[in-house]
Amino acid sequence: MQFVSIVHEDPTAEPYDPAEDHIAEWVREGIERGFNVRGDRLRPVAETKTVRRVGGGTLVTDGPFAEVTELIAGYDVLECADLDEAIDYVSRHPMARFGAIELRPVWPLDLQADER
Amino acid sequence: MAEPTDLVAVRAALERAHRDEWAVVFGTMVRLTGDWSLAEDCAQDAFVLALRAWQRDGLPRNPGAWLVTAARNRAIDVLRRRRTEQSRVEEAGRLVVPETAEDDERLRLVFTCCHPALPMEGRIALTLRAVMGLTTAEIARLFLVSEATVSQRILRAKQKIAHAGIPYRVPPPGLREERLGGVLAVVYLVFTEAYAPSNGAVVRDDLAGEAIRLARLLVAEHPADAEARGLLALLLLQWSRRAARFDEHWDTVLLEDQDRSAWDRAAIEEGQALARSALSEGDGWYALQAALAAQHARAATAADTDWAMVVHLYDRLLAVRPSPVVRLNRAVAMAMRDGPEAGLAALDDLGRPKELDGSHLLSAVRGELLRRAGRRDEALRATRAARELVRSPAEARLLDRRISELAGTAQPETSLSANRAQAASRKTTT
Repeated sequence: MQFVSIVHEDPTAEPYDPAEDHIAEWVREGIERGFNVRGDRLRPVAETKTVRRVGGGTLVTDGPFAEVTELIAGYDVLECADLDEAIDYVSRHPMARFGAIELRPVWPLDLQADER
Repeated sequence: MAEPTDLVAVRAALERAHRDEWAVVFGTMVRLTGDWSLAEDCAQDAFVLALRAWQRDGLPRNPGAWLVTAARNRAIDVLRRRRTEQSRVEEAGRLVVPETAEDDERLRLVFTCCHPALPMEGRIALTLRAVMGLTTAEIARLFLVSEATVSQRILRAKQKIAHAGIPYRVPPPGLREERLGGVLAVVYLVFTEAYAPSNGAVVRDDLAGEAIRLARLLVAEHPADAEARGLLALLLLQWSRRAARFDEHWDTVLLEDQDRSAWDRAAIEEGQALARSALSEGDGWYALQAALAAQHARAATAADTDWAMVVHLYDRLLAVRPSPVVRLNRAVAMAMRDGPEAGLAALDDLGRPKELDGSHLLSAVRGELLRRAGRRDEALRATRAARELVRSPAEARLLDRRISELAGTAQPETSLSANRAQAASRKTTT
């Protein structure tokens, strides 16, 4: 099943240590074991836009949807057998130490079922 | 199949089968269908079918296998009727029951029900339903909540298992040791709610016995885990007092007043041996509580209790996990060792921790220690405050007796009364 793991910055976590940032190894493991569907870092908040459709017009605001200090730094789409496999894998992501990883199961949209 | 069998014999056989096989039937159906709600319905239906079939055809040689087959056939029927799910129908044809040890099925079920992604109340409700075979009505009575609340908790837990991708299995080595602690916590809570309900609901010695059986299975499967042994020891030592802890009116008989000859010596001996073995590997949360219970078990009379050792064990327990309830119990033990004023001083040190907000324990213990110190007016005030907060009817009656003694002119009996304070807080630790 698919999970989206959302990489958060967390000021209460261990301070970031570039020497311990083994992201390349983590990605390699995911590719070897077939977990990684895709994933990347996200550009900073300064480059974020929020889009809404309001009263027939498109409203674009500068900045993120929610003003939070724990910013979203990246994301990964994972294909894992089950929750335990996903937890085990993301627990080794460097940002599990220097931030926090939010793990959410994908809720597949069944268009056919909706049409019935 | 044998001769037709009368209803009484069938009922007895079914009751036995329900106790011994429910988890296996439920678990097997989860494994086959991957659908917890379907598994629950089919397991339920199998037991209903058995009532009629066993009367007609006689008791099967292997009731467990009979029930699994009946539940499996039921699942195939249901899946066939869900016409739209074509793949499910094909799947149904392949529902072959693989050979597996019954204990393995029980373990898979309990590890899944106790998965850390589920909220604690969901873990407990689902364990009681799936592993212990309680109905939602029985669980509701146990926790004094409505049946609708219990149904919701179980439904949400089942949905979470499906949607969050919680696997049905015993975790692989490595993860398994890490998860065992969570399973032990649920087994302990199930035992406690059955054996000494926190809110005065029904006492279920049978269910407490089932919790012990589960603890035994966990010890057998994890022989290297000292905390599993510590938990089994703790449960056995508490359980050993079951025949002596209520009088004929179901009023609580305090530890000091219990007929110690009615204590279960076999359970005590087994519990003591397990506690010693667990504690020899280091100070564990359950092992230390078991050692405390063992101190009471080994004393020939309440007066013979080694209170210095009890205080010492509480100190070690606090080093493992600081808890206000443990500190409260330690204060009582201090009073037993050094006198009521020493206990009251320890209570003052404890202050008013927010974990004990709304609990009668603090006031009840203070009232008892004040009474023993001869400070009768203060004792009466504190005991009345405790009476306002107490939830268990048996403990309420106990406090009522205390209040009338304190308010009346009669001198309260002085012998052994110290243990009453111990009893007031006993339930949560020893």
